[in-house]
Amino acid sequence: MIILGIESSCDETGVGIAELGADGSVRLLADQVASSVGQHARFGGVVPEIASRAHLEAMRPTMDRALAESGLALSDVDAFAVTRGPGLAGALMVGVGAAKAYALALGKPCYGVNHLAGHVAADTLQHGSLPSPCLALLVSGGHTQLLLVEDLAGKITELGSTIDDAAGEAYDKVARLLELPYPGGPPIDKLAAEGDPEAIAFPRGMTGPRDARHDFSFSGLKTAVARWVERAEAAGETVPVADVAASFQEAVADVLTMKAVRAAEEYGIGTLLISGGVAANSRISGLAAQRCAAAGIELRVPRPRLCTDNGAMIAALGAALVHAGVAPTAMEFGADPAMPVELISL
Amino acid sequence: MHVLAIDTSTPVVTAGIVELTTDAVRVTATSTVSRTRAHAELLGPEVRELLRRAPAGIAAIVCGVGPGAFTGLRVGMVTAAALGHALEVPVYPVCTLDAIAALAGPGPFLVATDARRKELYWAVYGADGTRVAGPDVGAPDMVRAVAAEHGITRILGDGVLDGEVLACDPLGLVHAAEDAVRANTEPAALTPLYLRRPDAKEPAGRKRVSR
Ligand SMILES: [Zn+2]
Repeated sequence: MIILGIESSCDETGVGIAELGADGSVRLLADQVASSVGQHARFGGVVPEIASRAHLEAMRPTMDRALAESGLALSDVDAFAVTRGPGLAGALMVGVGAAKAYALALGKPCYGVNHLAGHVAADTLQHGSLPSPCLALLVSGGHTQLLLVEDLAGKITELGSTIDDAAGEAYDKVARLLELPYPGGPPIDKLAAEGDPEAIAFPRGMTGPRDARHDFSFSGLKTAVARWVERAEAAGETVPVADVAASFQEAVADVLTMKAVRAAEEYGIGTLLISGGVAANSRISGLAAQRCAAAGIELRVPRPRLCTDNGAMIAALGAALVHAGVAPTAMEFGADPAMPVELISL
Repeated sequence: MHVLAIDTSTPVVTAGIVELTTDAVRVTATSTVSRTRAHAELLGPEVRELLRRAPAGIAAIVCGVGPGAFTGLRVGMVTAAALGHALEVPVYPVCTLDAIAALAGPGPFLVATDARRKELYWAVYGADGTRVAGPDVGAPDMVRAVAAEHGITRILGDGVLDGEVLACDPLGLVHAAEDAVRANTEPAALTPLYLRRPDAKEPAGRKRVSR
């Protein structure tokens, strides 16, 4: 079975093709992404209308490249899967419109799926099927979620999420503050390598005894960094940007991995999966590896290319749904910008 | 030959099957569904139903490319592009104002439609019905001035300038692309007519957080 996945929830237009084996295994045949990230850089964040316009422009070329990479024709595709939400409404509509049109023209089923579940499914393309249960930490510019994954095709429960900024958003904001380029993740990670992570004790959000155990907060951290920089500037000091970057990154990594490992232990889960664009961050994956090893938990982190938004993860989730015998989505579905993670497909 | 026509540049989902015979153009099946902001939901099922009513298949697709102020515009365009790809038929872009003009009879006239934000999309058509100015976007007073400049008294469109009400429909869309469809020429690029830059502000300098 050949499953083609389409992703357009934010600023990446992705088309991925996966082959589903009779035993439920998935093999990646194509993974093509067109990004409009460069067009958003000067705005310091994703501009929805710019992203939507770029999706429309990129959809056909990305589709052509994915088909060429796989060596398949459109007629070889057995089922389509597309991100229905959560994400930017206008952006989602482009992918949903395309997937529905391909499916109806070719008389093939179409699955409207959850982007967050897609991030979890991405790992099956690299490390095989997921043990049940497993815990997933999704970290990116758009999401910060701790998910209990009992069945990729049937049952995912959100244990916690950010109450304000996403982890990646905090990186972008701090990068702006330190006059680093957008997106902020890679330059902060690079700069942090030269700094002292213990130079400044930035606050660890949502870690007080009365705070929600599995939720996150990064807004206070961002403000604390801004205050610290302003104070240093007002005092006429040279801002030690590498130390600020390292200390900020340490605070993010500390909270994310502490909460993820603690949740895994509390729920008696032996596997932690980290995915999303921020999973590629060296300190977050490094500290997670250290803490998981100490707690006897298996850590799975897909390669960076699979962590960021792409169509391959949507194809992988589609494959899991097909394998589980889940009914495809009726043709009447639209985009669902606030699709809850519990809803894996419609 | 049967042609599928799609336009989602207005709050209405416009779709239909139009038959082109050697000497005539007629609508075989049409559906106009009015439900604002539901293009993504409605267009797929509509197209599936229309294709069922063209059992011999379609030879081409004609797609309205705006101008349009709704995010739905892209739904129709991406749908047409994907259908054209999957069914291996050409997709011809048509300016939505041209589709309205195609059914308006002899010119000259000005077509104006709602662009929201107190502005209009407009285009001017000459005596033979071909577009001579526009498409563009502007305030009502400016559009009236354009009409006066061209000595035009006949205004039509969706009623924004109190003119004749004439909507974009499948027949108009196919009429506007008829020559290209009949000649089976290579279609022009399927590029939307936004006519406005995206709303986006570059961030000003850093905001202070300290008091
Ligand atoms: Zn994502």
